[in-house]
Amino acid sequence: MFSRAYKTVVTVPPLAWVTLFLLVPYLLMFCYSFWSVSPSQTIVHSWNLDNYKELLQKTVYWQTLLRSMWIAARVMLFALLLGYPVAYYLSFYAGRRKDLLYQLVIIPLWVSYLVRAYAWKTILGSDGVFNTLLQYVHLTKHPVDFLLYSPFAVVLTLTHIYTPFTFLPIYAALEHIPRNLVEASHDLGATPSQTFWKVIFPLSIPGVLAGATFAFVLSLGDFLAPQLLGGPSGIMISNIVVSLFGAAYNWPLGAAISLAMLVIVVSLLIFSERLEKKWSFR
Amino acid sequence: MTSPIISSTATVRPDRAAKSTLLSIRNVAKSFGRNTVLRNVSLEVAEGEFLTILGESGSGKTTLLRIIAGFETATSGELWMGAERLDHQPPYRRRVNTVFQSYALFPHLTVEENVAYGLRVAKRPDAEIAQRVAEALDKVKMTAHATKKPSKISGGQQQRVALARALVNRPRLLLLDEPLSALDANLRRQMQVELKSLQREVGIAFVFVTHDQEEAMVMSDRIALLRSGELEQVATPREIYNCPATTYVAQFIGHTNLLKGEVKDGVVRCGTLSWTAPLPNGPALFSLRPEHIRLAGSGATNVRIRGRVLQQAFHGATELIRVDCGGLVLVMRTASTSAMLDEVELEFAAPDAVPVRESPERN
Repeated sequence: MFSRAYKTVVTVPPLAWVTLFLLVPYLLMFCYSFWSVSPSQTIVHSWNLDNYKELLQKTVYWQTLLRSMWIAARVMLFALLLGYPVAYYLSFYAGRRKDLLYQLVIIPLWVSYLVRAYAWKTILGSDGVFNTLLQYVHLTKHPVDFLLYSPFAVVLTLTHIYTPFTFLPIYAALEHIPRNLVEASHDLGATPSQTFWKVIFPLSIPGVLAGATFAFVLSLGDFLAPQLLGGPSGIMISNIVVSLFGAAYNWPLGAAISLAMLVIVVSLLIFSERLEKKWSFR
Repeated sequence: MTSPIISSTATVRPDRAAKSTLLSIRNVAKSFGRNTVLRNVSLEVAEGEFLTILGESGSGKTTLLRIIAGFETATSGELWMGAERLDHQPPYRRRVNTVFQSYALFPHLTVEENVAYGLRVAKRPDAEIAQRVAEALDKVKMTAHATKKPSKISGGQQQRVALARALVNRPRLLLLDEPLSALDANLRRQMQVELKSLQREVGIAFVFVTHDQEEAMVMSDRIALLRSGELEQVATPREIYNCPATTYVAQFIGHTNLLKGEVKDGVVRCGTLSWTAPLPNGPALFSLRPEHIRLAGSGATNVRIRGRVLQQAFHGATELIRVDCGGLVLVMRTASTSAMLDEVELEFAAPDAVPVRESPERN
């Protein structure tokens, strides 16, 4: 259909891009993770598993990794609890306002991530919007300080940022449910709530899985929100990676942690895709 | 097949008159915004009856069905089932079940689970569900496919499952929205016969929507012909064929010749034709079925006319012949002949020219 030259011209640039900026860096990371740093701060190209051993032995690393997963899990849960009802309402009840509301959900994505993270800093800070309000209505005399610089602030911010990513696949799944299935369910005597649990929800599961995966994976690798709002107790694994590649100058250990995370994320993606396949019927 | 000349208020056969009314549709109208889909539709469905709502696409037949099922709300009018106001009930409280045009089987449930759905949500005991589902699947010959997902069975099989899923709930009324339209011609004819015999067997009233007049004729006890949102005629297939009320009915159901005549002192004149009919003076329209026109033979009392054959179309057992009778073109149906005809003399019995009303203009 297309000439050989045409195919070459069209396929080579993106392939080259992917190779140069994705595959090669991954390969480099892979190599680095088996190397080490000498006391004189140079990379020693000797192959060993020391970095991986350190990762398992030093509690700070795997504990931070576990804490990151726990934060990501909470973000996932809250994003689902917020995203699903909104998607459900939009898809089934919004009627003419559907397009407008859809845009309203999407618009936050146009605003820079950094701006939104800073916005939460402004809201939760000691002279922020929330504390001013609390003092204004005389609920407290002094600003409450547990809001900012805590895992709570990180979960809140990440939930705000990643809920649209959860909403979108759920909304798409709900929109794909043929409406005559809902009518058929009512016709057979099922009440609206029975219809939801027996027909609508099961058929939306692929969207739920995709949305949950987005929220979890994106949150797990986040480093800006914990940096800006997390404080010492809200540090996440990516912050450690950032510092290992920066001030600490231990690229090999940073690479090992990154690869460990990559393995976790890829296994999650594969698992979620398997589940999605199991729950799709078309 | 002699047909009495009577008005559109055709007599109902006594056996049906004896059956009580199950559903009563009273003055139902429906508009979507400015678009009026149904106006002033009144119709009664008797217990155990097979009623077909027949109409072209856009005639409002599916909307009427959806109003009965409860998926649409009528703009005005009432639905009564016995002493109960049906249109005040949500769809899931109506003892009405629907077989959807595209079957609407639940893709995540097996055939068996689909059929069990209505009984499950009604929280029937497990043993009863199992027994009734098995019976229903057996009735539609789908027992062998019980554990398959709907995507793994053919269109005709999905059709049977949809039927079983509706009938297992023992509704008082079953609605069918063009259920055969997705099937190929042979399977369709087979399903028409099966559906009809199934309906007789279970004794549940069926309201069947179709645009296919032949299907309507084959299956129905009565046909309600809908045109542009209003009922044109409600009658048995024989009545509607032999005594169409309007020109639209005469043309929609089968072939016909429409004759425009003038009545004066009990004599109809239409071009060179004339015959007697007990009608008031003035213009009149007549429907004359092609099979009621014959090549002239011995019957001295018949109306006769000479003409030239324009076209002979072979239809298997019969053929349709178009004859030009001095400007008036008549179509006749005869048993197939091998002869090619040229000049012919035609005849028909005067009572076979059925007077019909002009169909009113509707947008």
